[in-house]
Amino acid sequence: MTVLDAPSAIRPGTLGDSVLRPDGTAKVQGSFEFCSDLNAEGCVWGATLRSPHPYARIRSIDVSAAWRVPGVLAVITADDVPGQANYGLIVPDQPVFAADVVRYVGEPIAAVAGDDPEVCRRALAAIEVDYDVLEPLIDAEAALDPNTPAIHPDGNVISSQPVIHGDRDATGDVVVEATYEVGMQDQAFLGLEAALAIPDPGGRGLEVYVATQWMHEDRRQMADCLGLDPESVRLVLGGVGGAFGAREDISLQIHTSLLALRLGRPVRMAYDRAESFLGHVHRHPATMWMRHHATADGQLVKVESRMVFDGGAYASTSEAVLLNAVTQAPGPYRCPNAVIEGHAVRTNHLPCGAMRGFGVVQVCFAHESQMDKLADACGVDPWELRLQNAMHTGDTTITGQVVHNVAPVEECLRATAALPLPDEPVGGHPRADGSADVMKTPGGAGRTTDASDVVRGIGWGVSMKNLMYSAGFDDYSTARCRLADGVVTLKFATVEVGQGFVTLAGQIARSVLGVDDVVLGRIDTQVGSAGSTSASRQTWMSGGAVAAACRAVRDRLFLHVAEQHDVDPGQLEIDGTDVRDEASGWRIPVVDASAGVDIDETVEYRHPATEPLDENGQGDCHVGFVFVAHRAVVDVDPELGLVKVVQIATAQDVGRALNPLSITGQIEGGVAQGLGLAVMEEIIQTDGIIRNGNFTDYLLPTFLDMPDVVATLIEQPDPLAPLGAKGVGEPPTISSTPAIVAAIRDALRQVDGVGRPLDRVPVRPADICLPARASASSTTG
Amino acid sequence: MTNHFTLRVNGADHDVRDSWLGESLLDVLRDRIGLLGSKGACEQGECGSCSVVIDGELVCSCLVMAASTIGQSITTVEGIATDGAPSDVQRAFVDAGAVQCGFCTPGLIVAVHSLLESDGEPTETEVREALAGNLCRCTGYGRILEAVERVVVERRR
Ligand code: FES
Ligand code: FES
Repeated sequence: MTVLDAPSAIRPGTLGDSVLRPDGTAKVQGSFEFCSDLNAEGCVWGATLRSPHPYARIRSIDVSAAWRVPGVLAVITADDVPGQANYGLIVPDQPVFAADVVRYVGEPIAAVAGDDPEVCRRALAAIEVDYDVLEPLIDAEAALDPNTPAIHPDGNVISSQPVIHGDRDATGDVVVEATYEVGMQDQAFLGLEAALAIPDPGGRGLEVYVATQWMHEDRRQMADCLGLDPESVRLVLGGVGGAFGAREDISLQIHTSLLALRLGRPVRMAYDRAESFLGHVHRHPATMWMRHHATADGQLVKVESRMVFDGGAYASTSEAVLLNAVTQAPGPYRCPNAVIEGHAVRTNHLPCGAMRGFGVVQVCFAHESQMDKLADACGVDPWELRLQNAMHTGDTTITGQVVHNVAPVEECLRATAALPLPDEPVGGHPRADGSADVMKTPGGAGRTTDASDVVRGIGWGVSMKNLMYSAGFDDYSTARCRLADGVVTLKFATVEVGQGFVTLAGQIARSVLGVDDVVLGRIDTQVGSAGSTSASRQTWMSGGAVAAACRAVRDRLFLHVAEQHDVDPGQLEIDGTDVRDEASGWRIPVVDASAGVDIDETVEYRHPATEPLDENGQGDCHVGFVFVAHRAVVDVDPELGLVKVVQIATAQDVGRALNPLSITGQIEGGVAQGLGLAVMEEIIQTDGIIRNGNFTDYLLPTFLDMPDVVATLIEQPDPLAPLGAKGVGEPPTISSTPAIVAAIRDALRQVDGVGRPLDRVPVRPADICLPARASASSTTG
Repeated sequence: MTNHFTLRVNGADHDVRDSWLGESLLDVLRDRIGLLGSKGACEQGECGSCSVVIDGELVCSCLVMAASTIGQSITTVEGIATDGAPSDVQRAFVDAGAVQCGFCTPGLIVAVHSLLESDGEPTETEVREALAGNLCRCTGYGRILEAVERVVVERRR
């Protein structure tokens, strides 16, 4: 993929330039400190005992043998939680330690501290838990049945949300329907969960280094359970090795803190990969029935859907995930009528919550599969059908909300179509010696595919995604800016997970204040909340906060300059690295103008308020939307069910490209995760027991699995966004998945004229090469 | 059972005490010698975050017993820079945008150096194949490929 070069008019280091990461050199040299690299004087290890059963009553817990293991320093259970027994992002429904019931495999029951990890392992093994094993609830549909016994005091239904819009009885000339399924995906960040807790002398507070996504929310939940004031719990960001939603919930924060407070000495905890699969939330598996109505020529008339999201044992963010799904069920299309019903339920599966795309990934696979079905039924080209229905600025969503954002769906579709198709022939270019390059064929090094069997297909996926938090949540970010002697120091609690906010923050300060030197303060809770690094929100929210703080400093600098030099402060502007008087053209370098001054401003940025949905799912519940189109080219071996993704082309709505190189990284990385969901990644559970919680059995896209990504950015600055820029993290993941599946369907259709429904992701070899299952799909019209 | 031995890492001898027999090289490097640049993300040989070079051969240090490397020459990511100055590969990773969270990066730096030592002109497929044992969850590998290609071109000069 070609990275767009910034126009030369842009001053290096400022907005629009492909500025390099300030932490890049440390990261390539191995000296960047990740949370798992941290240690402290006198630090000991902690570890967690977890349930082996998906559902069981705990008759008794006997920890006495654990205490007898040499080197054991602490053993704690639910009885040792001084504050609130439960925690949770939206509702506190999840026990810090299970006391009477365990509801999923991996639920924490006790924690130990010891001199080294081996001591901890022995101590955990010595704890005796007597279980009364119960029949797990593993069917999400059964969880909805009021006759099914509740597995949690809050009941089995976490949230139900209808969306009824327009004429609920409207019908179309053409009707297509099917039931779609999405499997459970893992975020699989590489930097495993780790924390280091250092208690204050006296034990009335502590400092906790943690790899998280939202420092202040962690602090709130931790303080509640630790029985401390939030001010006594000071969080510091430890280096984060990726997040993708999996660090939005509490994992080991409270356990580590409890042990440290108990012992009065530093404690660190670190999960291994197997524990990580159990210790964080995942992407919700979903079953979604959809029925699309359209006119004979393909204009959408109505979308109906019933969707059930499996939230696993605890609520986490299920309610918000479901809200995203039901409100964006038709995708980025004009849809005058809708009847949608969504449910998020509890089961004895692993808890589910945030993952990149947050509810929209699931519905997008369904709505895009439906758009292809509709195109087929109407005899219209799939791209044309999408163009014809594309949403525009000023259109209304199915919640009755007018889209005031820039909505360049049509531009995304046209720009993607204009990108070149791969010049590689089916099966790839031969090697220099004329032999076939097996690495370019489906199955790769397995050398199983006969090149003559390979069929190429092309498919489309288009999506919309809400930005920031919705439904009336008070969503804000805080930034502090200090200018002293020409040097800017920025302070914020915005979590850097690898996305590059640390780069962007400096760019904003250089642009607004005309300085070159920007120093970033430590990321911790010693400044107000920045909200979470999620929902594609930090460019807009923390970008908005940093810009506002810098502007507040700039305005005070102008007053200072006006006083010193007898000019009108209202006429001053920043031009390059100078303060300039617009009226006279007089100028003074910012470095000189700020000599001897010390200006310090802290600002909170809030986006326009949203509102909760009413009982029919109507209301202005989202702040804004971002759009993207994907075109996938795949080579398929229909005999063996193997797929090689050859190319992903994409045009993405970014508002304004603040750092083109960093956007490129988000696009390519997001596409990789979309590809993973399309053809590789799924957490398999049988009877509530995870079968592949490790990197040998949970397959992630490697260098060889990733195709060439050809991208173009649609730059139409959004007047609603503080910097004109929209978040870019989630869109690449969302519609790349359905585009790849559509391309596989296209290839298979060429083989026998019928193809396969492929109504479930990830698509497995058996879905491709076996005769189609009896499908719920039907077409009339 | 514990034992004492000496490992030669990045040209210097390191005394290892209190290691238990069978302890992995990754754990010994990180926890006993204090070289934290090598990372562990799977400890199963699947992710390559722990890649080091032993006597010229690229290996996953999580799969190697530390005690089995006595007398061999080990290079970790900390041994790549010369007098603190980043190598061409390290610079290219930063310049090409190949680093996001950076957790996979140390392993990839070691792997790319190892690749380019054995083959200075790899084709794109050869680069992909050689680095297929290094998982990156952030970048989708595109900028990493770009970084490697930049080094190949530079070294040609
Ligand atoms: S930690 Fe060694 S390969 Fe993953
Ligand atoms: S940069 Fe995060 S895993 Fe590679």
